[in-house]
Amino acid sequence: MNDDRAPVLEVRGLTTEFGAGREGARPPVRAVDGVSFDIARGEILALAGESGSGKSVTALSIVRLVPPPGRITAGRVRLEGLDLLALDERELQRIRGSRIGFVFQEPMTALNPSFTVGDQVAEVLQVHGIATGAAARARAVELLDAVRIPEPAHRARDFPHQLSGGMRQRVLIAAAVACRPALVIADEPTTALDATVQAEILDLLTSMRREFGLSLLLITHDPAIVARVADRVAVMYAGRIVETGPARGVLASPLHPYTRGLLASLPGPVPGARLEAIPGAAPDLAALPPGCAFAPRCPERRSACDASRPAAVIVSPGHEARCFLHGGAA
Amino acid sequence: MAFVEVAGLVKTFERRQALWGRPSLIRAVDGVSFTIDEGETFGLVGESGCGKTTTARCLLRLVEPTAGSFRLRGEEVFGLPAARLRRLRRDMQMVFQDPGSSLNPRMTAGAIVEEGLVIHALGSPAERRERVRELLDLVGLDTGAASRYPREFSGGQRQRIGIARALALRPAFLVADEPVSALDLSVQAQVVNLLMDLQQRFGLTLLLVAHDLRLVRHLCTRVAVMHRGRIVETGSAGTVFRTPAHPYTRALVSASAGLEPVTSIQP
Repeated sequence: MNDDRAPVLEVRGLTTEFGAGREGARPPVRAVDGVSFDIARGEILALAGESGSGKSVTALSIVRLVPPPGRITAGRVRLEGLDLLALDERELQRIRGSRIGFVFQEPMTALNPSFTVGDQVAEVLQVHGIATGAAARARAVELLDAVRIPEPAHRARDFPHQLSGGMRQRVLIAAAVACRPALVIADEPTTALDATVQAEILDLLTSMRREFGLSLLLITHDPAIVARVADRVAVMYAGRIVETGPARGVLASPLHPYTRGLLASLPGPVPGARLEAIPGAAPDLAALPPGCAFAPRCPERRSACDASRPAAVIVSPGHEARCFLHGGAA
Repeated sequence: MAFVEVAGLVKTFERRQALWGRPSLIRAVDGVSFTIDEGETFGLVGESGCGKTTTARCLLRLVEPTAGSFRLRGEEVFGLPAARLRRLRRDMQMVFQDPGSSLNPRMTAGAIVEEGLVIHALGSPAERRERVRELLDLVGLDTGAASRYPREFSGGQRQRIGIARALALRPAFLVADEPVSALDLSVQAQVVNLLMDLQQRFGLTLLLVAHDLRLVRHLCTRVAVMHRGRIVETGSAGTVFRTPAHPYTRALVSASAGLEPVTSIQP
């Protein structure tokens, strides 16, 4: 557990299903389907995908906050060696907020409108027994300072609505790191923000990683954010991870046709040029094909793709893809 | 004479801080001027709250401008009486950001596309049905689409319906307000391609309102950068993005530049 090389977070075969009881005629929908990845100490892993790809449900599953009727049906999640799926609810409560911090997309809804931001950061410290009373309030101001909020002692007395979106997101980050967690899960932390503010928040998250020695699971739909902050990236499509690798390597030489298509579809250096669009739309999770979920939209589709699901193939060190292009076909 | 001439556009909103308080005036658009040539794609860029969407809505008179002038082909649009405005509306149409909320969920795709033709009493029912089929085909939807409801379509397909609706009256001037930002990344390129095809095919004059500089640089010949209700910089897209003159444009470009090293990557 104190081994620096051991992963902070280990996810194996995580599967989360929604809907359909035993008597249900329809099979349950697998929002997360056998997802596995590691996050090393101090590492930023981006979990990238489009809406409905399962990236947010994966994050919620890690801390067992999947809203019903969703439920985790298989897999293992270990945080610093501790099996999170085996803990009882009380033990898990202690972990959430102290060993794992959260930053959500919309800071206005994540913050309580009727308490000052200083009190809300202090509350995290109190709930987890790190500091109380004046000490907690003083520590909260230090944390607001650490997330580069100017005049932190003054701002601590502000209510969320008195702050800009970017400042509110900084408050959430302060609350997330308050207990010096091993892992912070940030779900689209900059999507609701303007480009100029977005860049500042991403820079802040990267520097918090160094200052607080934390690992970061960053959920995003934006390849540009992956390029800017991630060490490694796992690309999700239809509930499955289709490609994992070093961020640079995946962006420079993507292996999976989905990742390739997505990057090729972005506007390039030639204005007005026709974009290389991926045909079709993301599949309905309730009606996935038996083989590769991307096959119906894939330019490289072959008969094997419809027959069975490709296994992960390691193509270069740390870079793997689930695609028959890279081997593994029967 | 430019095809589109906007001069000194102002739109103020009243904001009452407290129930009995004196209302204060917010100048959402504060003296905006620009011109667009015929067949040109012009980009209006800026961050949320800068007034770009309000500007677009004023042009179509979806909100009433407070002051200023807007000439389309030399004809003043602001201050036109309702009957004249209705006639002119056929010439200018809008594609909205959110294809989910901008389509009436109780109408079929066919009825949505046909509505403008009905309102303007264009063609017989048979001719209109034929025109709807043509339009749906034009935006890449199959004929069966006409009888289906918005919820039965994906986000990208819904935006195609929105585009077909906008084109039904053969407008010369099309305003597209963040036309792809609500769509999944993997379908954005499809809709961008469609917009480029249609613009070329019909010689549309296009005003693109967007926050995504990458998209604007790809589609537009000239751009105006808005900040706090004003245009701070106007110029050719290449010049503005390569050598921004205004400090705000510089901040915007450098924030997005850091976010797009992937553009040079060839898989």
